[in-house]
Amino acid sequence: MAIDAATVRKVALLARLSESEERLEPLARELNGIMTWIDMLDEVDVEGVEPMASAVDLKLPMREDVVTEGGDPAKVLANAPSSKDNFFVVPKVVE
Amino acid sequence: MGELTSLTLKAALDGLKAKTFSSVEITQAHVDAVAKSKALNAYILETPERALQMAAAADARIARGEAGLLEGAPLGIKDLFCTESFRTTAASKILGDFKPTYESTVTANLWRDGAVMLGKLNLDEFAMGSANETSAFGPVTNPWRAAGSNQSLTPGGSSGGSAAAVAADLCLGATATDTGGSIRQPAAFTGTVGIKPTYGRCSRWGIVAFASSLDQAGPIAKTVEDAAILLRSMSGHDVKDSTSLPVDVPDFASFVGKSVKGLRIGVPKEYRVDGMPAEIEALWAQGIAWLKEAGCEIVDVSLPHTKYALPTYYIVAPAEASSNLARYDGMRYGLRAEGKTLADVYQNTRGAGFGDEVKRRILIGAYVLSAGYYDAYYLKAQKVRRRIADDFKAAFEKCDALLTPATPSAAFPIGQKDVDPVTMYLNDVFTVTANLAGVPAMSIPAGLDKDGLPLGLQLIGRTLDEGTLFSLGGALEKAADFRAKPKAWWAS
Repeated sequence: MAIDAATVRKVALLARLSESEERLEPLARELNGIMTWIDMLDEVDVEGVEPMASAVDLKLPMREDVVTEGGDPAKVLANAPSSKDNFFVVPKVVE
Repeated sequence: MGELTSLTLKAALDGLKAKTFSSVEITQAHVDAVAKSKALNAYILETPERALQMAAAADARIARGEAGLLEGAPLGIKDLFCTESFRTTAASKILGDFKPTYESTVTANLWRDGAVMLGKLNLDEFAMGSANETSAFGPVTNPWRAAGSNQSLTPGGSSGGSAAAVAADLCLGATATDTGGSIRQPAAFTGTVGIKPTYGRCSRWGIVAFASSLDQAGPIAKTVEDAAILLRSMSGHDVKDSTSLPVDVPDFASFVGKSVKGLRIGVPKEYRVDGMPAEIEALWAQGIAWLKEAGCEIVDVSLPHTKYALPTYYIVAPAEASSNLARYDGMRYGLRAEGKTLADVYQNTRGAGFGDEVKRRILIGAYVLSAGYYDAYYLKAQKVRRRIADDFKAAFEKCDALLTPATPSAAFPIGQKDVDPVTMYLNDVFTVTANLAGVPAMSIPAGLDKDGLPLGLQLIGRTLDEGTLFSLGGALEKAADFRAKPKAWWAS
């Protein structure tokens, strides 16, 4: 399942990364190199093995469903590229 | 007593407590040293005013007899830890001039104990790299040079700034993080001590996320004892991190100097990799001999899935990274690039803000998680990860800790390995397994190669058994008697 320029274009779109057309081929080559190396995992027998999602054997802890922090819009907006009247200003999403 | 900057953290804390010198004095000495070290590019933000203010407050607490565990000690902070009102960048352009409105738990713990912040240390962008070359602020230069050479070497990565700053006496110790070897490989390249504790020991809250199931904070320090002192302050349960372990923090320093007699040391045969330099092989044999002399029993063990660790990592880590880094959308903080549509703004912001290695990993992550490939790659990698963790469990039935080389080579020239991503990735061949299994591991300087560059040995321990690593690390440190320091060519 070789990665070609079209695949890179599609994945870049999924990841919302702009890549120039001339970068697609070199990126496809790089990713192919990496994925070919990764394909050695096919040698491992994982029949019946439980997937490991976390490095700790811990049940996700639960807490009371109460507000612990909040009510400080100035802090929330402190690093906003654009804000107004305690709101983030974002590009128009509806025509 | 020579220069204040050349003291170990332990000696400095003793001197501060005895009022031999003040925190303002030792902090000023470090501030001056940092100001003269631009050639290393270890710091990407210096905070001298903040440092001296914290030092004065520490001196007041010492005078009142209220000194904390790190009272008055000037430290460097990897710029992956959020520091309230001080710019935090992850060495990426995408965070722009981001000034957190909160403090990471780990740094908050350090300030609670009286430590002083000298500034923020350089790193690979989002901690993705093994040579500190992916930083948007330029690479860090290793204080060490090969004998008779002026060539700039890498301090390793991603915690290259932390390791270089400790090696060059630009702080008494530094925070770092380790996702695949980012504490231990730079420590090995700079003649310093680095420990990645058990996953969950240190809270991840307020640390810019890379791969959340692997990321773990730890210290880089001048000695094993210094690392133990720092780790004690950095650790602790935190309700703000759901993977933080609800366990007590031992006095790690009390394990340093303890007898290691009777401990069983596993030597995994799979770590003898093709093309390993003879010097690394010899150092490993020397380490085994040292521990045998100290009364340890040496056991041959096997970790059969070792060679699959890096490919597993390069699925799991990019997958988690592509998900974690989705938050950089240009809406709430950091860089925002213009565009005609919302989608354009997202793509242009991320295209302009992320560097090449970060983009590469986001693409791999998005690819292995995309429809049709999830089972073949991501799920498969999670299963192999279980096999790797099970290898450790089996090995630790036969031994108390493992001894391996820390890296497959000494520090290499900047720019040498950036031609092929996989070549760079292979740097982490000995370190990445501990991240996948979640177990603690430590790098200790053990000798110099033929060019006079430091080499490290690695100890890997059982889950939550950092204590044994500190005892063994102390024994190795004593046997190796590593006292070499780099010549201060950078001091302008």
